[in-house]
Amino acid sequence: MKLTGAEIFLESLKKEGVKTIFALPGGVVLKIFDVLHQQKDIQVILTRHEQGAGHMAEGYAKATGKAGVALVTSGPGMTNVITALADAYMDSVPLVCFSGQVPTNLIGNDAFQEADNIGLSRPCTKYNFLVKDVNDLAMTIKEAFYVATTGRPGPVLVDIPKDVSMNKAEFKYPASVSIRGYNPTYEGNKWQIKQAAELIAKSRKPILYIGGGVVFSGASQEVIELAEMCQLPVDMTLMALGGFPGEHPLSMGMLGMHGTYWANMAMHYSDLVIAVGARFDDRVTGKVSEFCPHAKVIHIDIDPTSIRKNVNVDVPIVGDCKTVLRELIQTLRATVNGEQKALRKPWWDQINEWRQAHPLAYEQDPNGVIKPQHVIKRLYELTKDRDPIVATDVGQHQMWTAQYFKLAKPNRWLTSGGLGTMGFGFPAAMGAQAAFPDKLVLCIAGDGSVQMNTQELATAVVNKLPVKVIVINNGFHGMVRQWQDLFYESRYASSYLDVYPDFVKLAEAYGAVGLRATKVSELDDVIREAIAVNRPVFLDVPVHQYENCYPMIPAGGSNHEMLLSDPPELKEKQKAGAPASVAGEDKDTILTA
Amino acid sequence: MEHIISVTVENKFNVLSRVAGLFSGRGFNIESLSVAPSLDPSTSMMTIVTSGDDRIIEQIVKQLNKLIDVIKVVDLNENEFVERETALIKVHTKPEDRAEALRIADIFRASIIDSTPGTYTIEITGSIKKIEAIINLLQPLGIKELIRTGRVAIAREPIRPAVAQPKRVVKE
Repeated sequence: MKLTGAEIFLESLKKEGVKTIFALPGGVVLKIFDVLHQQKDIQVILTRHEQGAGHMAEGYAKATGKAGVALVTSGPGMTNVITALADAYMDSVPLVCFSGQVPTNLIGNDAFQEADNIGLSRPCTKYNFLVKDVNDLAMTIKEAFYVATTGRPGPVLVDIPKDVSMNKAEFKYPASVSIRGYNPTYEGNKWQIKQAAELIAKSRKPILYIGGGVVFSGASQEVIELAEMCQLPVDMTLMALGGFPGEHPLSMGMLGMHGTYWANMAMHYSDLVIAVGARFDDRVTGKVSEFCPHAKVIHIDIDPTSIRKNVNVDVPIVGDCKTVLRELIQTLRATVNGEQKALRKPWWDQINEWRQAHPLAYEQDPNGVIKPQHVIKRLYELTKDRDPIVATDVGQHQMWTAQYFKLAKPNRWLTSGGLGTMGFGFPAAMGAQAAFPDKLVLCIAGDGSVQMNTQELATAVVNKLPVKVIVINNGFHGMVRQWQDLFYESRYASSYLDVYPDFVKLAEAYGAVGLRATKVSELDDVIREAIAVNRPVFLDVPVHQYENCYPMIPAGGSNHEMLLSDPPELKEKQKAGAPASVAGEDKDTILTA
Repeated sequence: MEHIISVTVENKFNVLSRVAGLFSGRGFNIESLSVAPSLDPSTSMMTIVTSGDDRIIEQIVKQLNKLIDVIKVVDLNENEFVERETALIKVHTKPEDRAEALRIADIFRASIIDSTPGTYTIEITGSIKKIEAIINLLQPLGIKELIRTGRVAIAREPIRPAVAQPKRVVKE
């Protein structure tokens, strides 16, 4: 029997096991929406903006490990979803995005709501397809999911012209797919793995540096096994958090620009860097010429282009993290024995010295303004038993969450790393909640970031996605303000946001729950209240406006040259409290209320 | 250092923009790029002339390999190769210069492929040096138009069975 393109779309998605899609309709995709409307197998979550749809699909993908799916219309629908595609491309998130296109005979005619979707998405997708013939649709969808989820995962766009969704073809979903130019390497080179094992066994100051690849490859168990066997300290990138248990005695926490003192010092003074599924991003290496001056480098990554892109590598191993680590562990097991602990003792003594010298710290006056770190610490303490999924936006609150929220398991951490997309957290949290309706999903957001996608409150309420958004509200684009404090003599050019909106009223306007905690003494109770309610919550927490995030490696600095606290002149202002740029205007009524 | 990279790609729409976009997006140089269908009509051959230090060339080769429509990448500089370029040169010829133009073409074994009372169009194929040399000689006569194909190149076949050499062919 022949099916329309729209029906083939639906049947293909079913074959791929898709349960939920995030979508917003428009003229050229109406046929597809009409088909989706008449079935119950796939849940369609209508978002209020295509960027929201994209980030929700990302959140869904990060939490489940499966491809997230978004469906948008042509023209502005496509341009709106670009940010999410670029975000997914940077962070290797498996995503299949379907876009509508004007009918094939109008392509190139500047038709209504036409855009060059293929051209627009080319630099921010792993691959993209324009389907010109309905007979190719099923195969294209099969290929799209295959490319998105294999190798180094990434977003794939499928552009479907209106006539293709309406024309009919015989439906036969292909059982397998083969693309001659695309054959990811999963098995690592055995000889190289042997080299790596030899280096690890005899190294005195090794560091295991893990990245997001560990999470996508599902290699957490292997990382734990390797680290424990060889007593390796484990530095995590922002993307790797949860890939190794945050409370594990071998965990060093996050490294990089706002990483812990000991994670960065250990990296800098190591004699062997074992990089697994990480890409030596500039936020991690700092000044490349001074990066790990004493270390040999082993680099395990599925993407050959990541190897030797930024730093020199002594033992490159192209392959899947999990597969390679398994092989590496087996090789090591034959060679190492109990002596590893003794061999590494001086190294661990040194690390513990660093750890004690400069622990993560903040001062919380019990009667004073709430400190942002304190909110995150309390959230962590009050929710850790429930194994929550934690999303963040981008900025100071994100770095504090990375420092203080010690995730125990992978796929619990939804954050925008490479692209640094403000507004990512709230929709990503909703995507994860859609996948796991019974799980506690938190979104720790900044008052600046969250405003980039608050329209999705409507989506959360309508679709009963009870995410808890905690707004760390300092009235600033805090990270911008921090850089202005440190590098621009505290001239707050366009970083002060004032106190708008009133997030409690905003939540209530959408039919969500609005809460606010203004005193340290009430914080725990309000957090408990937010968690207890089975509806979407915005919890507004006005915090100290000048708190800065440390340690910090200034851009272009070397990893062992960290700022550990505010310079003295900034400390004075910290005490004073009111924004200098608005002194005397007395606008901060909500913040001080 | 200059490298010539030979790339086998799918003969599909949009492939050229993927390759060109890779170079522009990552700030790699393209000195010339030529593309045409190969023996197998489902593929095309690209010859890309680029430059950079070893690390950049390694990245270019890896990034090209990463493109899904790219089937094979060979950095020809890894081994011996031959290269050629064709130029079509339209030269102004006053009556007293016509003999000189013909003489120059003859020296370079170039052919005249179009002739009008005031011009000759000369076709020349050879190495970059040869093409630049004939351009230099023709310039005093007055070059009206010049079009060059960009280089194409192919690996030399080894004369005797070669010892296996490390090649930068990452995937086939």
